[in-house]
Amino acid sequence: MKKIFLLLFFYLNILSAQVSEYSLENGLKLIVNEDHRSQVVVSQVWYKAGSIDEVNGKTGVAHVLEHMMFKGTQTIKPGEFSEIIARVGGRENAFTGTDYTCYFQTLEQSNLELALKLEADRMQNLNLSKEEFNKEIKVVMEERRWRTDDKPEGMLNENFNALVFNSHPYGRPIVGWMSDLESMNYQDARDWYQDWYAPNNATVVISGDIDPKQAYKLVEKYFANIPKKILKERKPQIEAQQLGKRMIEVSAPSELVRLQMGYVVPTLNKLKPSNDRDAFALDVLANVLSGGPSSRLYKSLVKSGATVSALASYPLLSRGDKGTFEFLVAFKADQQKDEVQKIIQAEIQNILKNGVSNKELERVKAGAIAANVYEKDSMFYQGMIIGQLESMGYSYTIKDDYINQIKNVTSKDIQAVINKFFNDNNLNIAILNPKKV
Amino acid sequence: MKIKKTLLLIFYFFYSQITIAEIAIKNWKTSNGFNTFFVESHELPIIDININFDAGSAYDPEQKRGLANLTNHLMTLGSDNLSEDESADRFTDIGAILSNETDLDYARISLRSLSDKKLFNQAIEAFEGVISKPNFNPKVFEREKANLIALIKQQETEPEQIGERAFRKLLYPSHPYQNYEIGDLDSVNNITSDDVVNFYQNYFSANNGSIVIVGDLSKEEAKSLAEKLAAHFKKTQDRQIQIVNPTPGTQIQIDHPAAQAHLYFGAPIMKRNDPDFFPLYLGNYILGGGGFVSRLTNEIREKRGLVYSVYSYFMPHREAGPFQINLQTKKSQIDQAYSLVKKILNEFIEKGPTQQELDDAKTNMVGGFPLRLDSNKKIIEYISMMAVYNYPVDYIQQFSKNINQVSLEDIKDAFQRRLDMSKFSTVIVGKK
Repeated sequence: MKKIFLLLFFYLNILSAQVSEYSLENGLKLIVNEDHRSQVVVSQVWYKAGSIDEVNGKTGVAHVLEHMMFKGTQTIKPGEFSEIIARVGGRENAFTGTDYTCYFQTLEQSNLELALKLEADRMQNLNLSKEEFNKEIKVVMEERRWRTDDKPEGMLNENFNALVFNSHPYGRPIVGWMSDLESMNYQDARDWYQDWYAPNNATVVISGDIDPKQAYKLVEKYFANIPKKILKERKPQIEAQQLGKRMIEVSAPSELVRLQMGYVVPTLNKLKPSNDRDAFALDVLANVLSGGPSSRLYKSLVKSGATVSALASYPLLSRGDKGTFEFLVAFKADQQKDEVQKIIQAEIQNILKNGVSNKELERVKAGAIAANVYEKDSMFYQGMIIGQLESMGYSYTIKDDYINQIKNVTSKDIQAVINKFFNDNNLNIAILNPKKV
Repeated sequence: MKIKKTLLLIFYFFYSQITIAEIAIKNWKTSNGFNTFFVESHELPIIDININFDAGSAYDPEQKRGLANLTNHLMTLGSDNLSEDESADRFTDIGAILSNETDLDYARISLRSLSDKKLFNQAIEAFEGVISKPNFNPKVFEREKANLIALIKQQETEPEQIGERAFRKLLYPSHPYQNYEIGDLDSVNNITSDDVVNFYQNYFSANNGSIVIVGDLSKEEAKSLAEKLAAHFKKTQDRQIQIVNPTPGTQIQIDHPAAQAHLYFGAPIMKRNDPDFFPLYLGNYILGGGGFVSRLTNEIREKRGLVYSVYSYFMPHREAGPFQINLQTKKSQIDQAYSLVKKILNEFIEKGPTQQELDDAKTNMVGGFPLRLDSNKKIIEYISMMAVYNYPVDYIQQFSKNINQVSLEDIKDAFQRRLDMSKFSTVIVGKK
């Protein structure tokens, strides 16, 4: 017990970062995370528009639009956005997830205004031409070939998600099905932009060397005149009850066999996140099973020589309220698939029967506390946590409660979630069978 | 009055733009010769340490490629008289992170810990065990070797890995820079437990070793810490990496069933401490290093939609590292993409960049410099590079000056002297 107490005491002595929140009348939210260690600032614009908001036949459109956002506005030529940012030494890019699309720039702090001006411009004035779309859709198809079609673990994951989620949109790939990309046209991308790109569907997160009042002034200057929109209705798309274990096989060029196995579980409750003991218990369980070289699966699978790698993960946060508590292992072809599954099941049963030791719990908590400090070394990451939380429908303020919640998790809580969620009616298994090259 | 105010504002911005974050780097040698760099930073209660040795994969014996990597890796898997589990728990119990990295030139062992005295002292005690008393447990050795072999077999099915391996062999037919860090199938098979112990004893030594410390401690504390860590190592035989001889350039194709073909095109060109470093570096930014704004991306991706990513880079090593251009595209387009690459590079070598391109590249490099050093992690990465290659301590201060001095003529001249496309090698994986 001594070590963890020491750590907790230590943690409480660290001042949490200064975070300020503002909103504009058009519904745009601004959150500023101060970090004055260097003269650098990260600007992120988060749209609550991800693959979860797509409909069948148009999968991948959220991500395609992300690409099109670099293709110019009424006053900026295609590619010019990137040129302007590069000229002042900035770095920029964007990423699309199931729950959001985020655009970011990292800059020497005096260039923040430039970035905000450009972002405000493309929030309302995107020039989405047929010619540019027809070129860029080819780039996206190349991206899909590279990320998914030619990567066995990518194919496995895509098939796994499609197995797990039938009526829930998490069953569809973020990058989109190839046939949907082939039939997509510039009007689809335009519609997406019209539907979701609005100040009342966005959060600006600024992290770094900036006075929050000054940040607010700049954001107000460039974003306040953008009219809000009436957003499209989002249907609930709740997953139908699974009626038994599901299994598939995927065959792709590979040497190693891969097993992706997951139980469908809820992610952190949005109405009362601090009362959601299940979610934090699942989070701690994932770390007991696979949080580094002292974890259970590392010992029973990797150290024993049964597998080459072993991971367990739980998506604590999501907009779609569901996720998979997942096991991902790779092993040699001569190893028995059933054996590997049995070892994982035995580890779960063992915890269900005997619980986890205090030592393990302390170790996981110590790791979480230290990680929380280490994360403060990256202003990008700090901004990312805030932006994700807000885009998923949580308040960014719950990030400061995380350690407290983890601290409270007991062995009994962990046994309770295993009992509740780890059964065949939630279980999905996908196996990658190697095909010789 | 209003005009004056605006002017002042502009000056203010201009002024703050040219001030590069001053990082106070202290540099000294430990009594047994470890080149030590230290940056004091108390904003976060974190301490990072890197120890670097000239013990990279370039020092692998020819029949035992992968030995440097395996040795470095095994050091983190058991020390003193402790079991593998006990060794790991020493770090994880206190939230400390032990990691390692093997490059062609160097092997690195890193520690990240909270700076609280008690926790940090525990972390250091465990860390000293790792660097000075690894126990190279034979059972762990056999398991990790088997895992490596499985991993290499896996890589032999992946087009990007197949291409990179083949490309290095073409560029360095008789030089250890052809080595792949994790080794080859046969060579890893050859490695014995004794090889690992010997490699550790001979190469993890005070010869050209370096220590970099960044974070929440005083200079005095850093000094005694570096001294303590360094004291575990003795000098052994000096070693060198042989000079890279130019090759005539070879073209090969490798079949693969993947949807995309992968292109590797280049030659060994540039060293660390190379006299042409800045013109080549700046020129490459314009050609294919500058992400969305480079010529290669603009012509091949933006204008034609042929690829998701295309880029070029110099990877300078102690001796001449590769210059290479990589892309991937669906098989039917590979010939077109490859021709474009050659055309764009040829034109760049012949004519050089435009004044506008050079100006933009300079403001990018200089204006973006603070971004390279905006966290403890980035600072330790950057300074470790300086430590390994014996850069002068004022390198960061001189960076902007060195960039700004480069002229159009310098770039054209350096590219024409150093890049001879007729001696470039090509690997295409997945043409059929």
